[in-house]
Parts: sequence; C-alpha cells; structure tokens
Amino acid sequence: MSAAQLLRLESVTVAFGAVEVLSGIDLEVRDGEFVALVGPSGCGKTTLLNVCSGWLSPSTGSVHRPAGLRMVFQQDGLFPWLTVDENILLGLSQVPDRREQRERADALLDLIGLTAFAGAYPHQLSGGMRQRVELARALGGETPLLLMDEPFSSLDYLARLKMRWELTRILREQPRTVVLVTHDIEEAAQLADRVLVLSERPARVRDEVVLEMPRPRDPTHPEVVSAVHRILTVLGLESDVESGRSSR
Amino acid sequence: MAQSPSRTSVPLLALVTPAVLVAVWAVVSSAHLFPPSLFPHPADVARGVWLELRSGSLVNDAIASLFRVSAGFLLAVILGVPAGLLLGHSARARDAFLPLVNFFRSLSPLAWIPFAILWLGIGDPPAIFLIFMAAFFPIVLSTSAAVANIPSVFFRVARDLGIGGPRLLSAVTLPAIAPQVITTLRVTAGLSWLVVVAAEMIAGRDGLGFAVWDARNGLRIDLLAAAMVVIGVIGAALDRLLVELTRIPSVRWGYER
Repeated sequence: MSAAQLLRLESVTVAFGAVEVLSGIDLEVRDGEFVALVGPSGCGKTTLLNVCSGWLSPSTGSVHRPAGLRMVFQQDGLFPWLTVDENILLGLSQVPDRREQRERADALLDLIGLTAFAGAYPHQLSGGMRQRVELARALGGETPLLLMDEPFSSLDYLARLKMRWELTRILREQPRTVVLVTHDIEEAAQLADRVLVLSERPARVRDEVVLEMPRPRDPTHPEVVSAVHRILTVLGLESDVESGRSSR
Repeated sequence: MAQSPSRTSVPLLALVTPAVLVAVWAVVSSAHLFPPSLFPHPADVARGVWLELRSGSLVNDAIASLFRVSAGFLLAVILGVPAGLLLGHSARARDAFLPLVNFFRSLSPLAWIPFAILWLGIGDPPAIFLIFMAAFFPIVLSTSAAVANIPSVFFRVARDLGIGGPRLLSAVTLPAIAPQVITTLRVTAGLSWLVVVAAEMIAGRDGLGFAVWDARNGLRIDLLAAAMVVIGVIGAALDRLLVELTRIPSVRWGYER
C-alpha cells in the first residue's frame, strides 16, 4: 500500500449464507480524501462500511486499514445516560493527561458550538445537535479515518443542509479522511471529492464521479447539479438523458 | 423535553381525595347501614392505630414486616439482576432458562406457603423465602429483556472508544438497562409488600399480616382496619421512596423520550 493510501479494499466479497451482498469490490481511499458511497437502499452500502471498519470480515478479499478509525452512526450512538460533555470526554479517553483532556473537550464543544449545552443530556437536544456531538466525540479520537454511516439521515431537509455546511467547516478545522455512506445523492455531491455509485445487491462499483470544486458547495451549484444528474442517470432514475450533461 | 414542575411536595389534591373517602366512610358508618361489628367507624380505627402505636406492637409489627421484605427483596435483587444479565447476554441461556423462569413467575408465591412452613417453620425464614419467590423471577425476566434490547450501536461505539471487558458492564450495559430495572424494582417491591402480609397471616407470629389475622381472631375489627391502614400507608411510602431513583439525572432519558 503506497504512503498516500489510507484504506484499501481488494476484491472484497461478502456473503451471508447464500446471499451475496458485496461482489468483488475494489476501493482505494487516499489520505485526506472525502469519498461518498451511494446506491439503492439495501444494496450493501452499510455492509461495505462495516467491512472498512473491521466490524465485519470479508468472505474473500483483503482489507488494509489504518490502525485508528472512528465511526459516526445514523441512529443515536450517543450514550443517553451521559451528558454532552461526558460523551465527548469518553471520545478523548486515549489522552492520558486529565487537564489536556479537559482542554480538548472544551475546544471540541466550542468547535461544534454547543458549549452552553455541555451539561445537557442527549434527549434534551435536537437531532442536529446530537449529530454534532457525535461528530465531536468521533473527532476526539484523532484518528486519521472517519467512517460515517448515513449520519444525517434522521434529520429534516433544512437541518441536513445546515449539517453539511457544518461538517465542511469542522473538517476544515480538523482535517480527516472520510468515507461517507449515504442514500442522499445531493449530500454526496455537495461533500465528496469522489462519489462511488454502487449497483443493486450484490453491490459493485458502477460509476465513479470526481468533483474537483472546493467546499463548501451550494446544492444548486452547476457542478453539484450535474453530478447529481449523472448519479441519478447511472441509477436509472433520470429519464431526460441529455448528452453532454450526463457524460464527463 | 417534558419538564414537569417540582413534584417532591405532596400536592393538595392528593390530600383532598383521601379526606373525602374517610368522610364518606364516617357518614356510612354513622348511618348504621351495617352493624358496627362488621363495619368500624373511622374514629374507632384511628383510636386503634393510636393505641397500638403507643403499646409499641404496631411499630414492632411494621419493623418485622419491613425487615422480611427488605431481606427477601434484596436477596432477589442481588441474585436476580446478575442472573438477568447472564440470560440477556446469551441466547442459549435464554433458550435453556426462560421457560423455567416463566413457569415460576406464573406460579403464585402464595402456593409455596405450605412448603415454606414445612421446610422453614414459622417466623422470618418462610416469609423471606416467599418474598424472594415473588420478586426473583420478574427481576430476572425484566433484566434479561432489558439487556437483550440494548441497541447494538452502543456496543459498537464502545468498541470504537476502546471500552471492553468489565468496563463494558459498568460503562454501557448497566447504565443502558438502569431505567427499566428501576421500574421493575418498583413493581417487585410492591409485589413483595403484598406477599409479606399473606405470609405473616399464615406463617407468622408477628408482623402486620399477623396483626391482621390476630385482630380478626379477637374480633377486633377496629384493630383489623387499623392494621390495614398502616399496611397501605407503608406500601405507598415504599413506592415513593423508590420513585426517587427515577429522578437520578443519568436515568431520566429512559422516562422522557
């Protein structure tokens, strides 16, 4: 694995019994890259992410992953019995010095703009605030790689737009390599350097869309719109196939 | 979040309804619709409570009953929660033991009274045994269900954060089941308080259940009703005590969403 590569999957296949979920997936993620995985629901996106994280071992094929990685989950992954502050501190447990832990927790609270809510419990927060705390807890690990499993899927549309902007801002402060699984194609096009479009189960990579414009990107920016169009076309969900817009 | 106003003080309405009940009771009793030997007047019952309190017998009986309930209930918690943790974590253990647990849970602890007396005689041991039989199985069942229902995402997060081994129990499993376990403790403590009265009526020489039976044998319906009032008051007080557990900040999430 070359130095610039942080994560590499080689012809990974996953089968549960007779059901093949992933079929010969090759994936390379370079250091600092933001890769999004999109595809029809049930196609195996989350399975692929679980293989990346090591939660699931592939049936065949090999995975090279960095020593440290953290995952941000779609449902409530915050511990509801701990306050915002305690949840974030738990994410800093690898920091040996108590005072430094405290300082970093304060910095993370500040980064996500929830200093005033440090003593609140997750059930007292909105969905967007909870996801910000979860992001902060994952960032606290200082791992090079972040895996995100539909982190904003439980939010309403406007909150999602805001969280994309927030994620971009936070990643500028604390750069990470990110693999994002999402069913939200617009989200993928707004955030990712590279969008991998997966097929129906068993999932294969059907297309790769590279976006070069810097973040933050407006959802209505032509490059984002054209990427969305291309992805929808690959997924067979776009009927007005205008040549020139769908091909790069 | 649904923040209720402070509920630590007893609201006025909670005092009004019992007062109305006693008033109706006094009116019915004074009207002599029923013979006084079958339907005591609240004033006589109040006098009975006062006399028995002064003689010390009611206090001794209350202490005896509370001791048995505490012993049987604590034993059930100490053994039942770990057993529930074990069943909750292992599907094989559930397969093996859940039918048994359900069998014993459905078997009224009162049916054990004859064996309790045959094996353990009269006094504390049979009462403690019966309370244990009443509380243990519901605690096991509820704890194991709570453990089995912990969202798996918590364990994945714990793994990400490097929490494993014994710390998993204290940092994830126990706090995750705490709200449901507290609810079960309230239910089973109430159950224990019901069972101790029955146990003492048959297998006791003291205790509030014995006081009920003794008053009945002496045809002292004032003392009979007096014992009943005390039993009800202590039972309600026990529940209020356990309700305080639900106010712990780190378990509020289980009741508010």
